[in-house]
Amino acid sequence: MKQLVVISGKGGTGKTSITAALAGFGPKKVLADCDVDAADLHLILHPKKIESVDFYSGQLAAIDPEQCTQCGICADSCRFDAISHDFEIIKEHCEGCGVCEFVCPQKAASMHERKCGYQYVSETRFGTMVHAELGVGEENSGKLVTSVRRRAKDIAEQQSAKLVIVDGSPGVGCPVIASLADVDACLLVAEPTVSAVHDVKRVHQLTTHFKIPCVAIINKCGVNPELEKELKNYCEASEVPVLGSLNYDTAFTQAQIHGQTVAEYAPTGIGEDIAIIWERLAEYLDLN
Amino acid sequence: MQIAIASGKGGTGKTTVATNLAEYYNRQGQTVSFLDCDVEEPNAHFFLTPEWSDELKETVPVPDIDTEACLGEECRKCISLCRFKALIWMVDSVLAFSELCHGCGLCELACPAGAILESYRELGTSVCGTRENIIFHRGLLRIGEAMAPPLIKKVKARSLKESPSPDVRILDCPPGATCPVVESLEGSDFAVLVTEPTPFGLNDLKIAVNLLRKLEIPFGVVVNRAGMGDKQVEQYLQKESITLLGSLPHSLAAASAYSQGQLLVDVFPEYREEIASIAKAIEEGINAARGGAA
Repeated sequence: MKQLVVISGKGGTGKTSITAALAGFGPKKVLADCDVDAADLHLILHPKKIESVDFYSGQLAAIDPEQCTQCGICADSCRFDAISHDFEIIKEHCEGCGVCEFVCPQKAASMHERKCGYQYVSETRFGTMVHAELGVGEENSGKLVTSVRRRAKDIAEQQSAKLVIVDGSPGVGCPVIASLADVDACLLVAEPTVSAVHDVKRVHQLTTHFKIPCVAIINKCGVNPELEKELKNYCEASEVPVLGSLNYDTAFTQAQIHGQTVAEYAPTGIGEDIAIIWERLAEYLDLN
Repeated sequence: MQIAIASGKGGTGKTTVATNLAEYYNRQGQTVSFLDCDVEEPNAHFFLTPEWSDELKETVPVPDIDTEACLGEECRKCISLCRFKALIWMVDSVLAFSELCHGCGLCELACPAGAILESYRELGTSVCGTRENIIFHRGLLRIGEAMAPPLIKKVKARSLKESPSPDVRILDCPPGATCPVVESLEGSDFAVLVTEPTPFGLNDLKIAVNLLRKLEIPFGVVVNRAGMGDKQVEQYLQKESITLLGSLPHSLAAASAYSQGQLLVDVFPEYREEIASIAKAIEEGINAARGGAA
């Protein structure tokens, strides 16, 4: 079983549209939506939930106002400014480190498990999907990514699925690093804009740092031919095989509106290009 | 006034709106503090092309164990208290995994022998630059560093120190709706949520709206690439009585200018007017919020 993560550095280059479209080719696979901040894959795959579990991660402090004498030692010791002037915990700031509990002379501060959101297992037309929903303003998206990926891997093993496709987050920080752990390869979705070229190079530095092999797709071609060339040259110099290029096409938006993958919506247009990309990917991952 | 430009979804046009607004205020003769809070993938400098000055290394404190002073295996107080599993007992001493450390300082407070000293881990860099009336700051997360929020906090603090009282402060936020965004939004008078008229744009806009309502920051919405998709975003805004600050029409010419790092206000007069009207709507939004009618 192979695990592939789709990332891009910059947001909005087409990760989710491409993940969904690739999912429609080849044998049944397991899908993991690890863009837990802004998950969109469900809008195309229309998952039917078969399992929902609460996701707990880390801790959250609480201060008992009955015990608290407002001495201020906790606020002075907290490095995250998580204690308000009224000695209440500011949930968005609390890292769950336990310093307040440790320093409180009145034992008014205590630590509790923190519910961060929900994790789901669902059925889709292309296979089982693991996805999640974070509570509003919750942190720990990296840990939720790890949890989603672990569940997806277990399911793939049970089903003897050959591939797990992970739809990743933008950026190079915590959720992306969590989505890279023990994957077989990364699919970089690049676009020919100065921002996206800069960002894909940074995320490629990250995959190099973790020694993970990459392949690339150049999306939205036609917007800037010079940068397309720069991307191709960069990939060649970095030994990142380019699986294909996709033209800037309104079919991507129309497919979303119709709740279809771009290959379902435009089987004879972009769909043909994606079919070729899938064949190259399957060969690269040795799935056949 | 401090305006944060945010969106749930990536790639909707946050940086486009933020940089064009900054240049609009600049041309109005106002002093602007611009802060690129997307430390993972900062892009605003491509459009505002500041002249860079000094770059600083930004760090987070991590423990440095004095093994001579450490009381040894019987104590292990630091290890049992660390919630981030950043300290372990390895053969005959405490070992610190710096990358897992959140820098809370609990181990240092708890050590009965004073054997925990402070060292640091590099988060990345912060850099300052200028473009006419704009003082520009950005952070750049070190590749391999997982924690963006502490770097965002450092860059914000630096910007406040080096540009204490601009006419306008603009923050270009990272995508998403979790800790890096919460850190970026902190202290803003108003937020502009940039979306696109697509199902993905709408879904992620709703997440961002929930966040801003929870944080009690007044906000309005800019629809970018208007006309490319469907009407659902507009219908949602009406239903939720959310202010539409303005729309930037979908055009290939604009996409091409963006791809080269050009400012829309530099190239297209019609976008210049739209940005001016968005700036006016933001001001009205802030005044309405101050009047208690958010």
